[in-house]
Amino acid sequence: MGFGKEAGVYVASTPEHPRTDLVRRRVYIMDVTFLLNGETVQVEAEPTRTLLDWLREDRALCGTKEGCNEGDCGACTVMVTDEGGAKALNACILFLPQLHGKAVRTVEGISGPDGALHPVQQAMIDHHGSQCGFCTPGFIASMATGHLQGRSDHDDVLAGNLCRCTGYAPIVRAAEAAADAPVPTWMNDKVPEANAQSYAPETLEELAQWYAANPDATLIAGATDVGLWVTKQLRDLPQVAFLNRCKELRAITQTDDTIHFGAAVTMTEVLAAIGDDHPSYAEMIRRYGSEQVRNAATIGGNIANGSPIGDNPPALIAIGATLHLRHGTQTRDMPVEDFFVAYGKQDRASGELVTGVTIPRSAPNLRCYKISKRFDQDISAVCGCFNITVTDGSVAEAHIAFGGMAGTPHRAHQVEAALVGQPWTAETIAKTAAQFSKDYTPMSDMRASAAYRLEVAQNLLHRYFAEMTGQATSVLEVTP
Amino acid sequence: MSVAKALPHDAAALHVTGAARYIDDIPTPTGTLHLAFGTAEIACGTINAINLAKVKSAPGVVAVLTADDLPFANDVSPSIHDEPLLATGTVHYLGQPLFLVVAKTHLAARKAARLASVDYAEDTPILTIDDAIAADSRFEDGPRIWTKGDVDQALSEATHRVQGTIEMGGQEHFYLEGQAALALPQEGGDMVVHSSTQHPTEIQHKVAEALGAPMHAVRCEVRRMGGGFGGKESQGNALAVSCAVAARATGRPCKMRYDRDDDMMITGKRHDFRISYDAGFDGEGCLTGVDFTQMTRCGWALDLSLPVADRAMLHADNAYHLPTARITSHRFKTNTQSATAFRGFGGPQGVLGIERVMDHIAAELGLDPVLIRQRNYYDAMEGGGLSAPRAARPPEGISEHEKVGRGTRYTRQYSPKADVQTTPYHMQVKDFILHEMTEALLASSDYHARRIAIADWNAGQSVLKKGIAFSPVKFGISFTLTHLNQAGALVHVYQDGSVHMNHGGTEMGQGLFQKVAQVAAHRFGIEVGAVKITATDTGKVPNTSATAASSGTDLNGMAVANACDIIRERIAECLAELHQTRTENVRFEDGQVFVGDAQMTFAEAVQTAYLNRVSLSATGFYKTPDLAWDRIKGEGTPFFYFAQGAAVTEVVIDTLTGENRILRTDILHDAGASLNPSLDIGQVEGGYVQGAGWLTTEELVWDDKGRLRTHAPATYKIPACSDRPDIFNVTLWDQPNPAQTIYRSKAVGEPPFMLGTSAFLALSDAVAACGPAYPDLQAPATAEEVLRAVKRARA
Repeated sequence: MGFGKEAGVYVASTPEHPRTDLVRRRVYIMDVTFLLNGETVQVEAEPTRTLLDWLREDRALCGTKEGCNEGDCGACTVMVTDEGGAKALNACILFLPQLHGKAVRTVEGISGPDGALHPVQQAMIDHHGSQCGFCTPGFIASMATGHLQGRSDHDDVLAGNLCRCTGYAPIVRAAEAAADAPVPTWMNDKVPEANAQSYAPETLEELAQWYAANPDATLIAGATDVGLWVTKQLRDLPQVAFLNRCKELRAITQTDDTIHFGAAVTMTEVLAAIGDDHPSYAEMIRRYGSEQVRNAATIGGNIANGSPIGDNPPALIAIGATLHLRHGTQTRDMPVEDFFVAYGKQDRASGELVTGVTIPRSAPNLRCYKISKRFDQDISAVCGCFNITVTDGSVAEAHIAFGGMAGTPHRAHQVEAALVGQPWTAETIAKTAAQFSKDYTPMSDMRASAAYRLEVAQNLLHRYFAEMTGQATSVLEVTP
Repeated sequence: MSVAKALPHDAAALHVTGAARYIDDIPTPTGTLHLAFGTAEIACGTINAINLAKVKSAPGVVAVLTADDLPFANDVSPSIHDEPLLATGTVHYLGQPLFLVVAKTHLAARKAARLASVDYAEDTPILTIDDAIAADSRFEDGPRIWTKGDVDQALSEATHRVQGTIEMGGQEHFYLEGQAALALPQEGGDMVVHSSTQHPTEIQHKVAEALGAPMHAVRCEVRRMGGGFGGKESQGNALAVSCAVAARATGRPCKMRYDRDDDMMITGKRHDFRISYDAGFDGEGCLTGVDFTQMTRCGWALDLSLPVADRAMLHADNAYHLPTARITSHRFKTNTQSATAFRGFGGPQGVLGIERVMDHIAAELGLDPVLIRQRNYYDAMEGGGLSAPRAARPPEGISEHEKVGRGTRYTRQYSPKADVQTTPYHMQVKDFILHEMTEALLASSDYHARRIAIADWNAGQSVLKKGIAFSPVKFGISFTLTHLNQAGALVHVYQDGSVHMNHGGTEMGQGLFQKVAQVAAHRFGIEVGAVKITATDTGKVPNTSATAASSGTDLNGMAVANACDIIRERIAECLAELHQTRTENVRFEDGQVFVGDAQMTFAEAVQTAYLNRVSLSATGFYKTPDLAWDRIKGEGTPFFYFAQGAAVTEVVIDTLTGENRILRTDILHDAGASLNPSLDIGQVEGGYVQGAGWLTTEELVWDDKGRLRTHAPATYKIPACSDRPDIFNVTLWDQPNPAQTIYRSKAVGEPPFMLGTSAFLALSDAVAACGPAYPDLQAPATAEEVLRAVKRARA
């Protein structure tokens, strides 16, 4: 099975993007078909060619801007429609092959074919929502997508779009003003017919076999991490496969007791699925990246990349989730906490892939706390998740896990041990909080000092106790 | 009437459709090359050897330039020629450009730039203020010291004293459009440069130096920037000069844009400061003397640091009369990015110093901080006040021929008290209106009742605490380098009555072009749509000043008005003669021209003038009057007037984590008689949020090697959408400027930035609810810093 065709004889065809280097190295070219502003396009794409560069350099569609090239500012936001509906995505870390069989609408296509303005465009003019204008196309794409979805949570819809001029107030006024206007007919993109492509396997069987045979390849799901390898580390990825068309990996399966997430389920989908059962976990995930990032990032990627500061692992550990892996035809399961061996090292064999994770549906005592410099679109300095069961006034069970406190996300076993069997009182909390220094030796970096991390870990136990005993603990819930 | 209208930004329709062109969107000729810098990996040392073989042989590379390859000046400094474009053997900071890659694509240039192998002899860098003090590493021969009266005596005799120190971090501009330039070589060695710059003349000047050419050989054009905030006053020089020298070397167009990480690693930021204070005051909280020591890190090159540090000194009083004062300013040279202009230009740092003193005095005396502020305000201007009757006589216009059609209370004939109070730099304060503004804002924000309600709420909370604070701003308007206070304009009127307008100001989002177009339209009595706004172009208007110091509209609006008036006068003379009347009887209104009893459209009038061989093109010029300033002595009148404003902010903090949030902000801001209330309110809202960001989440972190660790939005956190206040009330004071500015408006770009100070003070207030001690909150007040302050308060 070949993953794309080798391009040793590929001849560059566009003056805007001279591919002089293609003949010098081995590059696979992938056939990609998608809708661009309503028109079908077929592209022979390098695997890691970003949509943003292609729009601007090959298509002269320069409305979509590069602000940071790492998915953090939203100036490159476009609307992408697939079988799941429309979503906002960052074009700067979106590789062309990810778009196969989807529909893309850029700011140029958000105006009508005759130049008619979309309601959010008109509202942004009327409410003075643009100043320098550079972030504006990205805002328009996010707002138009939110408008299509009937969203009124504008702060969440726009959390991934940075504006340095306006202070956001006029932009939110514009979003509110446009909310009731009908969705223009041209915004309803139909997903195009697209043939199966070998670079994006449609079954887990196909994928697992290929990966076992090509263990050095890079698996790309949402590309919110791998995208930066390309745009910031300037790495060439010689061999890749895209996971987003693999049906098993995209599935969410609920039983009476469990929810199973395929590894390629996006964080937006996770957020929707856990909202009823795990509101605190969901509230943390609401602050995971941004709308654009959650629409791309997958729960499998967030685990498999082994980051010590990913937000899902501590929650999954505290809730007692099970991780599923597969190598060829061999499958195995393990508690999520066992997957993280050391910094940069996971219990995953070469050629083995994470296929999914299963969580219990009941965890009424689970609370997840994300501490970061900024509430939205920020990486945690500390992420602490608590799941403590109190029976007859005493701690019966304690599962506490943190990210940002060590080289891996892991449990606070000393604290847990100190809690179990003790009366559930403020005195117990005060006494046991100090045990965190035995569990963790955090480091100082640009997000927080080691001392702050440790102190906050201790204080989050106090917060958990305060919250479980009915006190107000979240600044996000305070009103003027 | 076109002025005072809430029109949208001139390019709003282009912004929202993605049609507005920025540098990287300009279609480029075939064969355009792309540039990237290879940069230093150490903060201080010398280069023993540099091996560029791999860079040169990398795919797509056309040329690699080092300092030795530059034909003429190797300098991109806006001040004292101390900033080589490419290093000449010495490394001054981590991120300094060492060599320039010229390649076929942007990506190829970036990839190749990382392939150099450099052998350094590393020295110990001077990174912090303390490092610089120890090494006595500074610009200028010693500290600048300005004094007013005998502060030592005042302090020794004071019944109360507070002393303290506040550190305040720098700030990354984070303009959404990174630095960018495009150079197009012309015949005969001439160069056209498109640059994302606030200062096209500086670009022209530096490019000419680098090409060994007179300035007439270089033309710089700027249609718009995707944000500037001061970060494009001098920091675009390196890219424009690189493009020009590479274009000269290759004969091909050259474009350069920084990747965001490069932008943040290479370019300068806001100056961080440490301000120590020793303040004496009486039992009422009235200051008798303040001794300030301001220390700032200027980075490796001088850039604009002297006027920035001066402006911090000039705002050490903010809105308060200091009977005696000493302000000592140290400008340290460090192995970090060269700190540069940023909205407020040192003013915010100076303001935060004195606002901290006010806060500290209030805490010391146990009084409401607002009361302390009001007691220390400068005297009110004569005739001010909300209830003051409007002047009965017609207001002054800006020309003999136009009576500006707006009511006014203030005239230049007001009679201030004989003993007008002076600033620490001995300038009389004659236009102080914050007494009235403060009363109005305290009432509209319901400050006093909310303060009580917050104390009650706090009493019932164990984990969360609220805080509320008021802060004013009084900001001096004019460039402190007096000769910069000039502007030019070029206006053409075509036969069909359409108008082509050009001036030296640049558009970076602030709405300057629209406000000035409104002025032009108003002068001719036509609709704004009849005025074509055109790109800033050094070939049309020469010798421009940077669009900076909030002065864009004040200067360019006047220059354009001057050009329009010249043309209008010529038309009027022509028509008056044809209709046998006097020019005073010719009026331009509502798209019509009235000549005695006759009436015609503006286009008909223009056509008539054309047929009668009247020149319909004129240049305009303006220079700000009444300025005189000695920066060494710290004496004179550096400012034409003061723009003022006030804010009340309410916050909530989490005492377990230090997490915090702005709940409500009320602002009353003085934009004079606003030329465009919507654009002005946009500046106030945006300035406040940016100012609050500076003092809360925006933290620059360098490691002990001098590497900036916060060099991308992943790690450097400007306010996001949900960080704006839940309730955000912004109102303009909208009273005419007593100074003779364009339609009596006031500059509005920078002053509202300082209203963000109220958010910082509100956080301090919330922390103070945790314990008896003064919180001594430092900036930025990140969650971590707030938690530290909570512990200090409880100690």
